[in-house]
Parts: sequence; C-alpha cells; structure tokens
Amino acid sequence: MPSRTPSSDESAIRLRRISKTYPRPGRADDLVALQDVDLEVAPGEVLAVVGASGCGKSTLLRIVAGLEQRHGGTVEVAGRPVTGPGTDRGVVFQEHRLLPWLTVEQNIAFAVPHLDPESRLRTVAEHVALVGLQGFERCYPSQLSGGMAQRVAIARALAPRPAVLLLDEPFGALDAFTRMQMQDEVLRIWEAERTTLVLVTHDIDEAVFLGDRVVVMSSRPGRVRRVIPVELPRPRDRTSWEFASLRKAVHQEFFQSRGREPEFQI
Amino acid sequence: MAGSQPTTIEGAVPQAARSARAPGPRFRPVSEWGPAAGLLLPTLALILWEVLARTGFLPPNWLPAPTVIADAIRDLASSGELWGHLTATLARVLAGFVLGVAAATVLGVLTGASASLRALLDPTLQALRNIPSMAWIPLFLLWLGIQEASKVTLIAVGAFFPVYLNLVQGILDIDPKLVEVGHVYGYRGLALVRRVLLPATMPAYLVGLRGGLGLAWMFVVAAEIMGASRGLGYVMIDGQASSRADLILASLVLFALLGKATDSLLVLGGRRFRRGRAT
Repeated sequence: MPSRTPSSDESAIRLRRISKTYPRPGRADDLVALQDVDLEVAPGEVLAVVGASGCGKSTLLRIVAGLEQRHGGTVEVAGRPVTGPGTDRGVVFQEHRLLPWLTVEQNIAFAVPHLDPESRLRTVAEHVALVGLQGFERCYPSQLSGGMAQRVAIARALAPRPAVLLLDEPFGALDAFTRMQMQDEVLRIWEAERTTLVLVTHDIDEAVFLGDRVVVMSSRPGRVRRVIPVELPRPRDRTSWEFASLRKAVHQEFFQSRGREPEFQI
Repeated sequence: MAGSQPTTIEGAVPQAARSARAPGPRFRPVSEWGPAAGLLLPTLALILWEVLARTGFLPPNWLPAPTVIADAIRDLASSGELWGHLTATLARVLAGFVLGVAAATVLGVLTGASASLRALLDPTLQALRNIPSMAWIPLFLLWLGIQEASKVTLIAVGAFFPVYLNLVQGILDIDPKLVEVGHVYGYRGLALVRRVLLPATMPAYLVGLRGGLGLAWMFVVAAEIMGASRGLGYVMIDGQASSRADLILASLVLFALLGKATDSLLVLGGRRFRRGRAT
C-alpha cells in the first residue's frame, strides 16, 4: 500500500485552525479543548488519531461530523464547508447506538429514509452481507453481542454511501479478541469500499494496524503533536518487527507528550 | 443460518440444554408450571369456600357460596339488567379515561418538551396531585350536578396523573445519544418525533396508561357509589340496601373481570412498542 501524500486540491477532509473551548463554571478562563488543529485527509486514506483521554480527539471527530457546531476554524469535506450533520459522513460511536425498538435490518434502513422501498431493501441486504450478519436481520439489538451490534452500527453508517466514515473509539468497549476481529473486519470493508476513514482511538496497536498515518495529539490544549506515516503493506502483521518499532515510535511520542504536559495539576 | 459466523449470539442457549436435566423426577418445581401455578391457590380457595358455605359453616347472608354468586350474575344477565349496568360503567370509564389521557398527553408533551413550560406548569400540577382525588367529589357535585358529567370528570382526574407523570419522565429519559443518531441521518422535526422521540417514549407512556386505567376503574366505583341509577357500583349499593351479599360479590367479580380485560387489551395493543426491549 503506497502511502498517500494529501494534496491540497483533492482532500477528502480539510481542517483549518480548528479550536474549541468550553466555559469553566466559576472561572474566568475557558478550557481550551482544541487549539489550532490543521489536518488534511486524502480520499481513501485511513487516518488514525491517538491521544490520551481528554485530548479533544473525540471533539475533533464530532466537529467533522457536524455534531459540534460552535468552534473556531473551518472544516471542509470534499471541498464543501461543514455546517451540520450530513449523509456524506458516516459516524460510528463508541457505543453502538442502535435504536432498541428496531431490528437489525430496520436499523440499517433507518439510515436511508430517502430511498424508494426497492432500493432500500437492496441497500439493507448489501450492507447486512458486507458486515457478515446474514441470518440476523430480524434480531433486535438486545439479542446481539457487543461485536455484532457494532457491526450493525458500521453497516448503518455505510448504508447512505458516505464519502467519509468517522469512527470514534468504535471498539473501545469490546474485549481484546473481538476488537482484533473487528479491526480485520474494518480493513476488509475498507478494501471493498475504499471509503476515507478517520479513526479516533486510544489503542496504539489499533492505530498502527489500521492507519496510513497516525496523528498523535497532546492534551490541554489538544494539538497535533506529530504525524507518523505507517508505510507497512496490508494486511499488517501485528507481531512483526516493523510493526513493533512503529508502535514504539508512537508510544514514545505519546508518553513524551504526556510527560511534558502532566495530566494532573496541583 | 447462512455461512459460518465468527461470533455467536450471547444468551442463545439451545433448548436441548435446558431440558437435559436428569430424567425421573415425578414432580416438576412449581416455578415451571406456567400459568397453572397462579391458578392453584384461587382454585383451592374457591373449593374450600364452596364447601364451607354449603356445610353452613359460613352464614349465607354474610358470605354466600361461589355458585350462589355465579347464579346472581346469571340472574342479572337473564333479566337483561346486566347489559345495562355493564355498558353504563364501561361508558363512564371509557369517557373519563379518554378525557384524562387526552389532557395528560397534551400537558405531558408540553412540559416534557419545554423546560420553560415545565418550570411554569409542573409545580402546580404536582401540588394538585397531592390532593386526595376523592376530595374533589363534593366540588364536582356542586359544579356539575349528580349526573354523568361529575362522574366522568372524577374518573378523568384519576386517570390524568399516572399518564402525565410517566409521559413527562419518559420524555425526559429519552437518550440524547439516540437523538444524535437521528440528527446524523438527517431526521428533523416531525420525522425525528415519529422515528425516534415517540418510540423512545412509548414504553413509559404505556406504563402510565395502565396506571391511569387502573385508577379510572377505582374512581368509577367511587363515582357510582356516590349516586347512580345504573352501573356496577349501583348494583353494589343495591346489594347493600337489600342485604344481598351475593349481589355485592357479583359486582366485585365483574369489576375484577372487566378491569383485567381492559388492562389486557391495553397491554396487547402496546405490545408492538415493547419489541426488542428487555422486560
């Protein structure tokens, strides 16, 4: 897999000087969650964003999704400025967030209300197959395991055929083994669909396994600390020496950044 | 099941595993009897009651035998009276319930959806809730007279509060994360209400409806005892005046059957809104 060098003409996502502050009750100064974040993601690229909890990486993703609208700077997806949520961006959250009163197929159909019934049925069937859940179409979310529910969430996010898929710590709530299965699954889907992926995670292995580039963020204020390209062919061997050395590089960056800006202040 | 699945459904215990207990025990535990377990005690009580009444151990004017009560119901039915009483009571319950639910739904949606309206309205409604509902009776009689209007109003007041309280709580408990999912897929306004907000509120609303219906039945008894010429409550008063315990008990039985039947209808009608949720 050649590494993509994003050219400014054809970015899938372009973030310019993104900042986000939250008012702090009882204090005059605001909490700076994000400060001057500049990032570009090329079409079809997998960008992994890692950082300690509270570094603003999820906020960054929510800004791209259009769910946080009060922020500084500009976001463009496929050249168009983001002003709110839109079906050009799919979102997968840490929790599956399936509607509990709808079945698997109804949850996927929920994402494509604008389609006529015939194409909706086809789209649902395609995406059930894409995540390998044939036979579970009529199940309710409460009848699924955590990994299966998260697959439905991925199918739902992909059903409107978004140009960009945003994954917010999507496998954080799963056990280590299921998490690795899901990472393989995402890779398989990405190879089939070539959707641009932005993956926010606190799992360094996950970032190195999936990302074309790994963005390491620092905390308070959240900034891009370093961008590490991962030039390993896919599928990547999690036990290889190259994988281990890249993981080490991210680790060092991660903990240096935390060492300089301590999590806790007295 | 198509293909081999890398993961499995949790909790999908094969039926075989449950029935694989060692063969031979002559009696299954009561917990596995199903509905029969619940019927055991009443059946035994009825038999004991019948025997005690027949042997004269229970004075018949005090607690007549179950068969005597059944006869009383049959007599009411064959004389054609029963139908009139049943429809009168049912009509009052239905009218009061519908009115109470309508008012509770409108006010509940308003106070649930708007924090300002909640701040304005909810304290007053909570204060009114603390008035024992029977205490309204003299006022309603004074305002609305002894005819249907006062009875229906009293029943409506009874049905109002459970529906209102559960609806408001149901709206406040809507998971904002699911609303966000609605936004992500472009649902706004009415579409968001129909596809997300309404289904999310329905289970709490149904709990309220069941509670409201139960209170409607409670209040129809009070309303009919305070003065009526028809209805099951009237049959009770009639039984009391003529010292006929069988009539009083007959109308008790009919109240129980009607209450249970209407509640079951409500549960049945609401079943589709409970799909996919753990009970």
